[in-house]
Amino acid sequence: MQLAKVIGTVVVTRKDESLVGIRLMLVQPLTPEREAAGRPLVAVDAVGAGVGEEVFFVRGKEASFPFHPTEPPADAGIVGIVDHWTLT
Amino acid sequence: MLLAKIVGTVVATRKDPRLVSSKLLIARSVDPRGKPEGHYLVAIDTVDAGIGETVLIVSGSSARMASGLKDCPVDAAIVGIVDEVEIDD
Repeated sequence: MQLAKVIGTVVVTRKDESLVGIRLMLVQPLTPEREAAGRPLVAVDAVGAGVGEEVFFVRGKEASFPFHPTEPPADAGIVGIVDHWTLT
Repeated sequence: MLLAKIVGTVVATRKDPRLVSSKLLIARSVDPRGKPEGHYLVAIDTVDAGIGETVLIVSGSSARMASGLKDCPVDAAIVGIVDEVEIDD
């Protein structure tokens, strides 16, 4: 999993049937120092994250697991909203 | 998933039997503001996308979960046509 900030939303009317009802968020991966780590990407939202929140997301087929038994075609998915983190 | 713009089509007569009747498109990834970012890829179209449209592409094994692609040898599928990207950064 990776830390990220939700920086936007993507509006897609015409889409795969199993993506209907699932929110698509634009996320910017972050380093623990809150610097951008690579390019923004689109992730499905399984936890009701909002724009501006810090989250962690999973890559790969596992992104669809929270929506079981539906199997939406997703390769990135937000699975947690981060309250805070600390580095020691 | 990544955002990309459709820039071309691919015609392939000889191909894996599971890809027969699949539409192959060339897409170029774009940033959230629509600016091209460099890399090109061939993706299977499952939503009737057209040249010039911005689309949502799912990569890797997840591409096989797109409609009609079960057990197909694919690693990129177009699963949505993007109407709008709302950015707040």
